[in-house]
This record gives sequence, structure tokens and C-alpha cells, in this order.
Amino acid sequence: MQQQTEPRPVQTPLLEMRHISKTFPGVRALSNVDLAIYPGEIHSLMGENGAGKSTLMKVLSGAYQADPGGEILLEGKPIALNGPLSAKQHGIAVIYQELSLSPNLTVAENIYLGREKKTGFFVDRSGMIEGCRELLKRLGATFGPTTHVETLSIAERQLVEIARAIHADARILIMDEPTTALSARETDGLFELIRKLKADGLAIVYISHRMAEIYDLSDRVSVLRDGSYVGSLMRDELSADVLVKMMVGRDLAGFYTKSHDAHGSRGHVILSVRDFSDRTRVRGCGFDLHQGEVLGIAGLVGSGRTEFARLIFGADPKVSGTVELEGKRIDISSPREALDHGIVYLTEDRKAQGLFLDMSVESNVNLVVYGRDAKAGGILDLGKARARALEAIRSLSIRVANQNIEVGSLSGGNQQKVLLSRLMEIKPRVLILDEPTRGVDIGAKSEIYRVIDGLAKAGTGVVVISSELPEVIGICDRVLVMREGVIEGEVGGPDGAPVTQENIMTFATGLKPTGAEERRETVHG
Amino acid sequence: MVEEINATAPATASTEQKRRAERHLRMQGMVRTLGMLPVLILLCIAFYLMTSRFGSLQNVSIIAQQAAINTVLAAGMTFVILTGGIDLSVGSILAASAMAAVIASLIPDIGLIGIPAALVCGLIFGLINGSLIAFMRLPPFIVTLGSLTAVRGVARLMGHDTTVFNANLPFAFLGNASLFGIPWLVIIAFLVIVASWFVLKRTVLGVHIYSVGGNPDAARLSGIKVWRVLLFVYGTSGLLAGLGGAMSAARLYAANGVQLGQSYELDAIAAVILGGTSFVGGIGSVWGTLVGALIIAVLSNGLILTGVPDVWQYIIKGLIIIVAVALDRLRTKGSART
Repeated sequence: MQQQTEPRPVQTPLLEMRHISKTFPGVRALSNVDLAIYPGEIHSLMGENGAGKSTLMKVLSGAYQADPGGEILLEGKPIALNGPLSAKQHGIAVIYQELSLSPNLTVAENIYLGREKKTGFFVDRSGMIEGCRELLKRLGATFGPTTHVETLSIAERQLVEIARAIHADARILIMDEPTTALSARETDGLFELIRKLKADGLAIVYISHRMAEIYDLSDRVSVLRDGSYVGSLMRDELSADVLVKMMVGRDLAGFYTKSHDAHGSRGHVILSVRDFSDRTRVRGCGFDLHQGEVLGIAGLVGSGRTEFARLIFGADPKVSGTVELEGKRIDISSPREALDHGIVYLTEDRKAQGLFLDMSVESNVNLVVYGRDAKAGGILDLGKARARALEAIRSLSIRVANQNIEVGSLSGGNQQKVLLSRLMEIKPRVLILDEPTRGVDIGAKSEIYRVIDGLAKAGTGVVVISSELPEVIGICDRVLVMREGVIEGEVGGPDGAPVTQENIMTFATGLKPTGAEERRETVHG
Repeated sequence: MVEEINATAPATASTEQKRRAERHLRMQGMVRTLGMLPVLILLCIAFYLMTSRFGSLQNVSIIAQQAAINTVLAAGMTFVILTGGIDLSVGSILAASAMAAVIASLIPDIGLIGIPAALVCGLIFGLINGSLIAFMRLPPFIVTLGSLTAVRGVARLMGHDTTVFNANLPFAFLGNASLFGIPWLVIIAFLVIVASWFVLKRTVLGVHIYSVGGNPDAARLSGIKVWRVLLFVYGTSGLLAGLGGAMSAARLYAANGVQLGQSYELDAIAAVILGGTSFVGGIGSVWGTLVGALIIAVLSNGLILTGVPDVWQYIIKGLIIIVAVALDRLRTKGSART
């Protein structure tokens, strides 16, 4: 599967990758991929997690060496990329998901990092400051070169990264999910910047799972699946149906699963949360969660959703707040206690706070239940652990050669499934999911929705925190909207306003809608 | 244009390929555990070729006994380093415990109480370290650097800054006798390694130790009582240092608060690192530690037998530790990680 033979504009590609393969022990991550990138184009790369996008970009940025047999051409001439430095010298720059700036240094120092201007033996500070002032202005920065990076927002830091790349004469910018941590307004700002760079003749390789962004930006979209190149679409050929089909290799009927019926047979209140505060980021928040209900918590990034969830779970100290489980008052002051009550939290940051990347899939799946399964004296029941891991791999279709593989070597979607199956082994009564599909591909998303629906059907109360409105609307029965640390409003439910994008956004941005019920610091189940 | 939309899955790896990949992974795991074993074997061969005395049964027994105490300390150190911590106080705790052992052994009739005295003494100091680290959230390096000095002082205080003797030490067999031809020191060290392996790989506690070292935040969110794990590892390190104290005392029929156990912590750390345990925690095995401790003992012994001057022994030992770890880095760099 490959070989594109369509007529191309006569223009030579700025960069061309031919027959690129990459094999890891146990996995063929890329097989025979061809990709051409033209100057002045925004070229989006799509594919499910594990399709090979990140690996391909790591080959391009010199982090990985491709298997022998492939070649990379820059303006028609073959080049060797044998390390990050050589990629940089050829003008290829990556804007990382995890930002790679030194927060304690100034903007100018970061831009010149590793290429400091010197007068004799000394660093030429003023020269560096002047040398990037113009560039920052051109990119639309509202801060100067002497600002300390730690005082900047994530969006602003991103701009510094881009400035650093351009300052080092990058001609190809690779952006891997650059908007995950950005608000809607910041995303607009970033897109404006990307278009400006395109007009300057740079080539942008843009990786995202968000369909809307792909539509908004791309001149061309290329799709990878299972490590192979599937095909490319020009801007005017884009359609969601075709893209999804290319990515998953099949039609995606019923993307959102919502077969549980929470309104018709609404269960009793399983969890009742009142008056939660940490004084700064969460103030007086509460809700009632019904058995078998999927309750969404929407809101802009920074509205206090994650902080609220962590307070309930006992992960951070609270100033006030009470919890009733099945009508009984319970005290939760640590995650251990929450878990003992069957209240489970899925972190939004699976790598830093969820998974043990050096440990096997089996250990990760069993981590919380090892103790419960153990034989006398805390001796592991390895047979049971293995069975649980195999069952999780099967039922969530985790793509992995065997259960002993380190989780760190899996793709994002598969990592998320591993984490989710760890939580499901606990048999939760209440499951709080924080951005359950962040950085997860379409196929895995759909499967995660199916799992959530199944849990609700089985009577679990599920809370879903999400920044993706279509997801919230697609799977939730009722949605709370947070803004600046308080619950600003509620949509859905038996007698609430309909769950629509407009109704949620008006609460999230603080503009009161008409028709939607207002609620603030009061709760009615 | 959509060039091609292939609806069928691409050719998946054949079973043969899969099996080969699996074998490769298993090999990699083994290489990681026994990474330094080839170095140990090469060293043995080299010394064997250089001097005939190296391979004699008597010398092998000497090496094993020399490695024994360091192996016990290094096993405890492995627990600590797996959680991402460090214990600099084991040498001092060993000295204090040896003092406790000899002093207690002087009590008429119940002189065997010296052994539990050493163990309890070590355990208490270990638990003090652990409490400061687990509850006060102080950095392990600072806490154990402090107790390195303080416990050394306690050891000197216990004997009023003199050497304590007991010519009729009731548990002297530990340091000098053999069981079926195998010295007790060696048997104890081996049992400690096996017990440590069992705890680390076969118990819930072991999984929790790796978890805390691998990702402390995730460990807490998974409901692991991190304080309990920390208390356990520093307690164990102290307890094993106490055992080491009893072994030293048994060997020498005496203990001296000033000299005994000086810089033992460094040999223990070196053994753990040579054994492939990651300094940031979460990765490693106690079998590797055993290999590391043997390398150190073989080096010391071999350099003496081949007549290398004392000064050069230090330099060579230090360099070999650095080179071995550097080689290890090169070798493991190839493992896939995305």
C-alpha cells in the first residue's frame, strides 16, 4: 500500500522522504513511507496513535535513524540526518509538545541558547536582546526579549520556541499537537502566526487529532496508518468521511456511543459533593451524580476543573468540602481513601502522573489490585495478574506484542487504554475521567467512549472533564460548566436546557444565555 | 486525490517475526539484569592468566568472604536507590551496630544477644532516616549525610572512643566458620540476596518500591502509601547495615567506632550502580547488585595478588567503575523508547 502517482505541481519539494522505514525490537514502526513537503505549505499529518506520525517526525528531526534503504532529500539533494544537530543545520526544527525552554532564563537567552553571541570571552547580552527584538515583534509577541520565560503563558512560550527556530534559520517547522494546552483564543493566535510563517515561505508540518484544526489550516493532509503511508488529500478534497476512512481503514459508524439511558431510568444519587474550595482555584463547587449517569464538566482551560476533581479525590488538600457516597458522609483526605471507597480518578497527564513508563503493561494494569489479589503475606499472584493483563489487552484491544512490554514504548492511545484498564480493575463506583481522550487517536477515542457508555450502563457514576465540546455533547447526559473556579451553569438533565455548543460556551465565557438555567454555588439534584 | 484507501489491515508481522522479536525482548531483559556479568567474567579470566594464585580454592573463598559484607550493604542500598533515594549512612550504622554487637556479647551467659543487638541498632537508625525522609519530606542525600556523621559519633561514644574486644565472642562462627565448606559470611550474603529478590519481584511491597521510584506522583495517585515504602527501604538498609555490623564484629572479635566501616557506603553504592540499577530509581535488580559487589571484590583481590601498588589500586578501581558504567550506557542506548 503506497505509491502515489497523481500529477504534482512541477515545483520541487522542499523536503522529500522516500522509502523511510524504522524498526524497533518487536515493532515495525514505519514501513516504506514516502512524504513530500513543499515550501509555503501547511502540511498536516494525520493518523491514529501508533500510526507512526511521531516516529516519522523523529526521523525527520534526527532523533531516530531510519533503517537503511530510505533517503531524505532537501531541495532534491540527498542529505544525511544523523542527529538532532544535523537536522537543525538543515533548517528542520521541531516545536515540542513538551516545551523545551529554560524557564529561569530570559526570552533572548532562550532564543540564543547554545548559540550565544559573544564579545571575546563574554556573553554579549545587549547584542542578543537587540538581535531578537525585531523578530519577536514581527511574530506578534506582546512581551520583550528581556522577559523571563517562567512568567509567560504556555501559548507565549510556544511563540518563543517558534521564534527560536526561525532565528536559527529553520525552513521546516514540525508542530506536534501544539494546541493541546491552549485556550480557544490562544489557538486562534497560533493559527494566525502559522499562516504568517507560511506566507514567508516556510513549510509547516502540522500534527493534530483535532479535525476542526486540520480543516482550518491545512493545504494538504497526508495520512499514515499502521506505519504505512495511505495517501494525501489537497485542501479542496478534504472531507471527514474520507479522512476517517483513510485513518482507520473502515467506516466509523456510531463514533459516539450513548446507549445508556440516564434520563429515562435515572438512578438514585450515588455521589453528592458540596461546597468544595481550595480558596484560590476552586470556590464553592458541588454537584450530585446519579447512578449510571455520565456527567460532563466543561469549561476553558484554567477554569478549575482539574483542581476540583483532584480535591474530590484527595490528591490536593482542600479548605472545605463534603462528600456523601450513597447517602453516607465519607471523609477523603488522600487518594488511598478515595480508592477504598471506590472513587477513582483518571489524571489528565498520563505520563507524569498516571503511568509507570519503565514498568510492564502487566504491572501497570495490576498496580492498584496487586494488593487485593495477593496471597498471604503480600505475595503476588502472578497468574492472576497475567490473566488480568491479557484480558485488558483483549477487551480494550491494546496494540502490544505481549504483556511484558514497557508501557513507555507504546503510543499515546495504547498508553491511555492501559491506564484506563488499571482503573477499571478497581471496579469503581464513581469514575472521574480528566480529559480521557487527550492526545488519543480517533479509533482509540471511539473505544474509550464505548467503555464509558458500558460503565454507565452497569451503574457506575461517571464524571467526564473535557475540553472537546463535541465529545462532551456526544457522550454526556448532563454538563456542568466551570468558569474561574465556580460552577457557572448546568445544561442537560431531565429539565435543563439542551446540551449544545452555544449553551456551554455562553456559560464558559461568562455570557448568560437565555433559556438555560442559571446556577451558581447552589445545587439541586 | 485519494490515491489508495486500503481497507484491509497491512501485512502484520508473521508469527516467525513475532517470535524473534519476543526472544529479542527477553534477551534485552536478561542483558539488563546481568549486564555486568561479562565484565566480571573477563576480569576473572584476566587475573587467572596473570597469577595462578587467583584461581585457587582458598583465594576464591577469600574473595567471596571479602564481598560478603559489601553485598549485604549493597542489597539494602538497592532497595533505597530503587526508590530514587540514597543512603550514605550505612558505613556509620555498621560501625555503631558492630559496637552494639560486641558490647552486648560481653554480657555473661547471654552473649548471643549481640546479634539481635546489632540488628535492632541498625534498624533503629534506618527507621530514623526513613522517618525524616518520609514524614518531614527532607531530601535523602541531606538526611543520610547528616546521619553519616552523627551515627559515626554515636559509634565512638558507645566505646568511649576505644576499641572493644571480646576474645570469646559467642557468635564468632559467623565470621570464621563454615557450613559444608561454605563460609557463613557467604551463606548469609547469599540468603540476603535471595530474600531481597523475593521481596522485590514477588511481593506487593516490591512492586510498590519500583512504582515509587518510577513515578512518585503516579504512585500516590494510585493509592500507594509512599511513606510506608520509604520507611521500609531505609529501615531495611539500616537493618542490613546492622547485619553487616554483626558480621564484621564476628570476623574481628572486636569493633572500633572510628575506623570500622569507613567509606563502606561508597563501595555499596558502586556495587549497586555497577549492577545496572538506575540512579533515579525504578529500574534495577538485586542480582545485578551481587555481580557489582563481586566485581569490586575481584578487582581488589586481583590487584593485590598481581602486586599492583596500593596507590594504583585506587586509581584503577575508580576508573573501572566509570568505564563499566559508561559501557553500560552505550549498550542500553539501543533499546527502543518513544
